[in-house]
Amino acid sequence: MVRSKLQLVRRISQIFFLLVFLALLVFTSLRPTPGATSDIHMRAPVRLFFEWDPLVAVANVLAGHALYRGLLWSLLILVPTLFLGRFFCGWICPMGTLQHWVGSLPSESKRGKQRIESNRYKRWQTLKYVVLIAGLVAACFGSMALGWLDPFSLLVRSIGLALLPAFNVAVRSVLTPLEHSHIALIKATGETLHTVLQALVLDFRQTHFAQGIALGILFLFILAASLRITRLWCRSICPLGALLGAVSRFSIFGLHKDAASCDKCNRCLLNCQGGDEPIGGVPWRKSECLMCMNCVGSCPHSSLQFKFFRNEHEVATPDIGRRKAITGLAAGAAVVPLMRANTGMGKSREATLLRPPGALDEPDFLSRCIRCGECMKVCPNNSLHPTLAEAGIQGLWTPTLVPRIGYCEPSCVLCSEVCPTGAIWQITPKEKGWVVGVSAQSHPIRLGTAFYDRGRCLPWAEATECIVCEEWCPVSPKAIYIEEAQVIDSSGKTKTLKQPRVDPSRCVGCGACEYACPLQERPAVYVTSIGESRSPSAQILLNK
Amino acid sequence: MAGEPANPSNPLTRREAMLQLLRLGGIAASAAGAGYWLSGRSVRPVPAPAEQARRDHRIADDDQWPKLTVVQNGEPRTLVRKALENLGGMSRFVGRQDVVVIKPNIAWDRTPEQAANTNPEAVAEVVRQCWQAGAKRVIVTDVSCNEPRRCFMRSGIQAAARTAGAEVVLPNPELFREVELGGVVLKTWPVFTPFLEADKIINMPIAKHHELTGATLGMKNWYGILGGERNRLHQQIHQSLVDLASFMLPTVTILDAYRILVRNGPTGGNLEDVAQKKTVLAGTDPVALDAWAAKAWWNLDPEHMPYLQMAASHGLGTTDFDTLPVRVTQLS
Repeated sequence: MVRSKLQLVRRISQIFFLLVFLALLVFTSLRPTPGATSDIHMRAPVRLFFEWDPLVAVANVLAGHALYRGLLWSLLILVPTLFLGRFFCGWICPMGTLQHWVGSLPSESKRGKQRIESNRYKRWQTLKYVVLIAGLVAACFGSMALGWLDPFSLLVRSIGLALLPAFNVAVRSVLTPLEHSHIALIKATGETLHTVLQALVLDFRQTHFAQGIALGILFLFILAASLRITRLWCRSICPLGALLGAVSRFSIFGLHKDAASCDKCNRCLLNCQGGDEPIGGVPWRKSECLMCMNCVGSCPHSSLQFKFFRNEHEVATPDIGRRKAITGLAAGAAVVPLMRANTGMGKSREATLLRPPGALDEPDFLSRCIRCGECMKVCPNNSLHPTLAEAGIQGLWTPTLVPRIGYCEPSCVLCSEVCPTGAIWQITPKEKGWVVGVSAQSHPIRLGTAFYDRGRCLPWAEATECIVCEEWCPVSPKAIYIEEAQVIDSSGKTKTLKQPRVDPSRCVGCGACEYACPLQERPAVYVTSIGESRSPSAQILLNK
Repeated sequence: MAGEPANPSNPLTRREAMLQLLRLGGIAASAAGAGYWLSGRSVRPVPAPAEQARRDHRIADDDQWPKLTVVQNGEPRTLVRKALENLGGMSRFVGRQDVVVIKPNIAWDRTPEQAANTNPEAVAEVVRQCWQAGAKRVIVTDVSCNEPRRCFMRSGIQAAARTAGAEVVLPNPELFREVELGGVVLKTWPVFTPFLEADKIINMPIAKHHELTGATLGMKNWYGILGGERNRLHQQIHQSLVDLASFMLPTVTILDAYRILVRNGPTGGNLEDVAQKKTVLAGTDPVALDAWAAKAWWNLDPEHMPYLQMAASHGLGTTDFDTLPVRVTQLS
């Protein structure tokens, strides 16, 4: 029900920004660029929403003592919020829009009186400020754990790594039988649909992500919670909403209540998104209001109006209190040292934790990575996956390369181009190696080093010719070199075979050998992180 | 009936009772029918028999024209043009209304200067010649090793072939068909569909070094028609090459040796690995073509290349240059 012009404008704005967001997410992939030849770059501004995100910017400043390229744009949101309040949450944020939509679906548990009660201000709404304080304190300690809860990180991670791949599976399982139909008309329809969907949303090939199901269910659960309590996530958890709520305390724009004409009919509470007490008789809560304007349209007496320079009683600051603030401070201060007291960083790194090319050394990486999954979404080989325990608890959902699924393409730099925070610093194909202009003397970025499992490798263990790994090795001169050896096969015959070895001074750890190895489930050549160029200490060779 | 409150004093009419029985009977009968039909379909799953088809796209020999020609000292376009002219022109190979599939090597994420993929200008020239010969469709495709989008873009072949008017088809995992290759070691393999539906096939490899076979030339290019786990082919590479070459018999082979990868093949990457030979080989004898190139740039005799000997004894061509006139042309 749109009862006022402002609501209509708001709705258009929400749909517009949601579509922009989804379009940018879909375009976070390698797309055929007409005329592109030697260099492939990300042309679409796919980091846009992260650049607008003041939470990422503030945390980036606290954790990295610097502001990564583009994050200054977040002032575009922060400065207007100073004046106007949390308009961003109600008008722009795609996570808010999705919840707004789900929350307005008919629901058994939100009818009449229950619905009015659920939209009254609740003390638990202050939880988000505790989350924010804890997150910012954690950032001061060098952990970007806030990224777990940042709304854009949540969206890209959940939609990009779980829902879109699932959508792909669903669409393909319908289209493929159509395309293989013997009836020409059905076949043509299937093929046309495929071409159209391919150009719009489908991935070039089906992607799969570690933990996809967990990320997807978590997200759907958050959305479904809105069926019970409108915008539960925005009201009680979202740290970006908390930041904007805190910032809006001095805003000069707000809800004007004409107390005299209010007869407490509660209609304004029916569609209130923020739980900010628009009803007469109680003070309006500025930090909770999402500026959705629903109350204005629903008031039968036109007692509610958004106005500049009001002079009336209101609750401007978050109702958090000293105790909760201290709880947040303490939680943030305790959690990072506790996580770091665990093994994981430094001493006992997981051998299989391979960071994308351009990634900073682990402590710097963790102080920047917001676990948004942009790098994983864009990787054309589906090689990057969210970690579970490989990077320790503090590194949950940070990217790791899984060469068995996909290796790192020798001159691809897309992940470094989409990273919004510089956890993967932007690099050029030249830094990665083996484009024109790079010579054997250059020092390309290394992700790790390959090793042979001689008990499984065909020429080493089974008297069988192979060396596909050598063929695929993209390094020049090849990091895999060959030694001819005399072996005896099961019939007792002597055979000359080529046995592969790795030169660690040349290996870049791209994982092409591991990917190409015919022993798929446990490759006979595999990459571990030792020798990765980002770490000064995790090295094998003295002279590197 | 529906919606009205049940009234025990008002029993069902005969008509209503009949309708209820009819409804029930219909459901029971269709369930039984469906069950019977499905139980008849319940057989142990056997993979559908793969299609058996040797792909022989050769044209008849003509003594008027040589079976192998070498053109040197030119630019890719002029080299290709002259080589085809020496063989009697493209119209000898491509007829009106033919669907032509050109199979360059687009295996690696490399640029033309790195000489890991076929020269894009050479591919474009072949596309143009096909159109001039009256082809109905000209398709350029390959099943890449590296990420196909990157390979097709960075090799320059996608742009060059499209500019020349060809359809550029990227390897789509859903467009493979199981085919009985009928080889000694290669039995049933998935083959990329465009290669199965062509009237004429032009093989357009590039000459590169290879650790296992010494050099990767024309016959090795057929790896790129296969899908599946082709990393197993190395285990018996020579037999695999002969099996593939006996399955896929091209109309003509045009070997790009404008730049060749003299070492560190087949991926290269370093310009120091590249030598400019400014040469194009073309011919209808795939064995002789590989033998000539291997000898010329890697000094490999057929004795050192088991697959060539096997292919020759299999009747796929000859390595005996005494019986095979080679027409060599020097441009400029």
